[in-house]
Amino acid sequence: MEAYLIVSTVMFFAGVYGFLSRRNMLTILMSLELMLNAADINFVVFNRYLYPGQLDGTFFALFAIGISAAETALAIAIIINIYRNLKNIYIDEVSKMKY
Amino acid sequence: MMTYTTLTIVALPALMFLFLGLLGGKFKPAVAGIIGTLGLTIVAALSYMTAFQYFFQVGKVDGVYQQLTALNVNWLTLTDKLHIDLGILLDPISVLMLVVVSTVSLMVHIYSMGYMKGERGFQRYYAILSLFTFSMLGLVVATNIFQMYIFWELVGVSSYLLIGFYYTKPSAVAASKKAFIVTRFADLFFLIGILLLSFYSGTFSFVELNDPNGSVLGQPITATFMGASVLSWAMILIFMGGAGKSAMMPFHIWLPDAMEGPTPVSALIHAATMVVAGVYLVARLFPLYAFGAPEVLTIISYVGAITALFAAVVACTQTDIKRVLAFSTISQIAYMITAMGVSGYGGHEGLGYMASMFHLTTHAFFKALLFLGAGAVIHAVHSNEMKDMGGLRKYLPITHITFLIACLSIAGIPPFSGFFSKDEILVAAFEHDKLIFAVLYLTAGLTAFYMFRLYYRIFWGENDKQYHHTPHEAPLNMTFPLMFLAALTVVFGFVPFGSFVTADRLPYEGHIQWPIASMSILVGVVGILIATVMYRKSNDKPDRVAATVKGLYKASFNKFWFDEGWLFVTKQILFKRVSAPIAWFDRHIIDGFMNLLASVTSSVSHRIKGIQSGELQDYAWAFYMGTMVIVVLVILL
Repeated sequence: MEAYLIVSTVMFFAGVYGFLSRRNMLTILMSLELMLNAADINFVVFNRYLYPGQLDGTFFALFAIGISAAETALAIAIIINIYRNLKNIYIDEVSKMKY
Repeated sequence: MMTYTTLTIVALPALMFLFLGLLGGKFKPAVAGIIGTLGLTIVAALSYMTAFQYFFQVGKVDGVYQQLTALNVNWLTLTDKLHIDLGILLDPISVLMLVVVSTVSLMVHIYSMGYMKGERGFQRYYAILSLFTFSMLGLVVATNIFQMYIFWELVGVSSYLLIGFYYTKPSAVAASKKAFIVTRFADLFFLIGILLLSFYSGTFSFVELNDPNGSVLGQPITATFMGASVLSWAMILIFMGGAGKSAMMPFHIWLPDAMEGPTPVSALIHAATMVVAGVYLVARLFPLYAFGAPEVLTIISYVGAITALFAAVVACTQTDIKRVLAFSTISQIAYMITAMGVSGYGGHEGLGYMASMFHLTTHAFFKALLFLGAGAVIHAVHSNEMKDMGGLRKYLPITHITFLIACLSIAGIPPFSGFFSKDEILVAAFEHDKLIFAVLYLTAGLTAFYMFRLYYRIFWGENDKQYHHTPHEAPLNMTFPLMFLAALTVVFGFVPFGSFVTADRLPYEGHIQWPIASMSILVGVVGILIATVMYRKSNDKPDRVAATVKGLYKASFNKFWFDEGWLFVTKQILFKRVSAPIAWFDRHIIDGFMNLLASVTSSVSHRIKGIQSGELQDYAWAFYMGTMVIVVLVILL
């Protein structure tokens, strides 16, 4: 169990680091997915080891995957639109809507 | 029955005002004028009917005229006892004023159709005339002092609007502002007086206040302030309000300037009706004055006497014919005020009261006639200045005759109405206070002198004077009011006035007191003779007389520098010493504090603006760090 949790922790903080340091929006989105998947792993792991007779954690994981898929599709659509309009997907340079 | 008639009398002009004010522009000017005049004709007819019913049918019970409350609507309830009503009170003076106001107003409506023909804003003029008539009628029938105050302010507003009728002329605008501010300033005292009186007596109603046996007088008399009873203070303050409207010294300065308005307006408002509101106010509260504050009546009589003499002296030197008439009006109203002041409550003592109301009525007719005549003259020669006139008697025969009748009347020559009323005032003054009698007597002589100076300067003098175009007599709708008012002036003196209007509402038989009457005729004739010698033909006598009494002449010509005095008080003392420091305090301390708050807020927000960068990752960084801190804290604690 510890091994799984270490993996998920590493994934999560890799996601946090990527989210904070990357400028490209797509990379940021990927980092976001990393964090979400880390959480999914945790769900499944805790379910498997702590409550073996139940399936709640698994359902939550599936549910989160479904939501993140929808969310990713939406985010990519937004990013594509931003790119079409501004020819730019660097997050610190996309400041047209500011103020 | 009388409820609906009297209500119509008051309400019809108000409807006229709304109708002409809102829709007047849709009509041709002449149509608007005819509608206004027709409305006023109905009002006048109903007033005469009311007067007839009141004086001859229902008013008198057991030989005393009753105070009938034809209508009383509770309008605002302040406490159980104190409430403001709107209503209609009929008693001899209010019925008399209904007749006077509607008659003069009707004449002015008719006259204005000729005089104001072709003026811009003709419909507006008629609308405001209706507003004025409504307010004045509402004032005279008021059942309580607060209703009177409301309509009092309304007449002030309509007067303001009418003086400023030619609003493109700066002098008219200034005059209307002056009239409004001066009277409003005096009305402030009126309001304080009303509040004082009603606070102590617990009522606004005239009937309750004026009940000689009433209990309302108890408390205001016993409570004292600075050596005089509260009632006296209240009555002085109320009289100050009346003095403002009636142009008593030192509030008279607005009336001569008010002559900037159209001449028919001067005839209606600034000669016959609105300016006598002060006299009417004293008459309305007369029992309170007579029983509660007789010392205030003494003050009133002296204020009146001084004003009468002062205004008569000033009138002798003015060259604008309307201003001569304005000062003459001040002087004559002061006569009425003095008569109120020297009057007692009932019987022969109450002669002054009766004479005052009598003079009010006759003066309304002959002064309106004088103003309308002056209007006809101005209409003919297009100037207000005496030097542009002279020898007009052959061009304006009707105006000439009617003007002469009015002049004889105001000079107190029998059998014209002014003689009867003025004689009674002189008798009342003679029996009360010899000093006041002497002042009034001198004023009577001066009145005859300046009126005939005016008359000769307009209608006689240089016979061969050249006019740019021959002056012509006014049209019939202007001469008809002149003739009608002249007829009233001739016959009204024979009305046994004392059997209708007295202080205690008991009929009183007055007789002409020939010793004093002959003295007053004498002084009138002397005044006329002096004027005849000086102004019958143009010569250098007036200049020589002016040169011999140079100081007096100059003072009189400059109206004794009252305007300058007020300007000094307002500009140098009020504006510089009071207003300017307050303005400084407001601008620097109060505004400064607010500005300081604003600038501190703005600079602080300027500083912290940088935190909200709009950079997503900065926010996320802050969020993570915050979460970390909380997690660490949770673990540690």
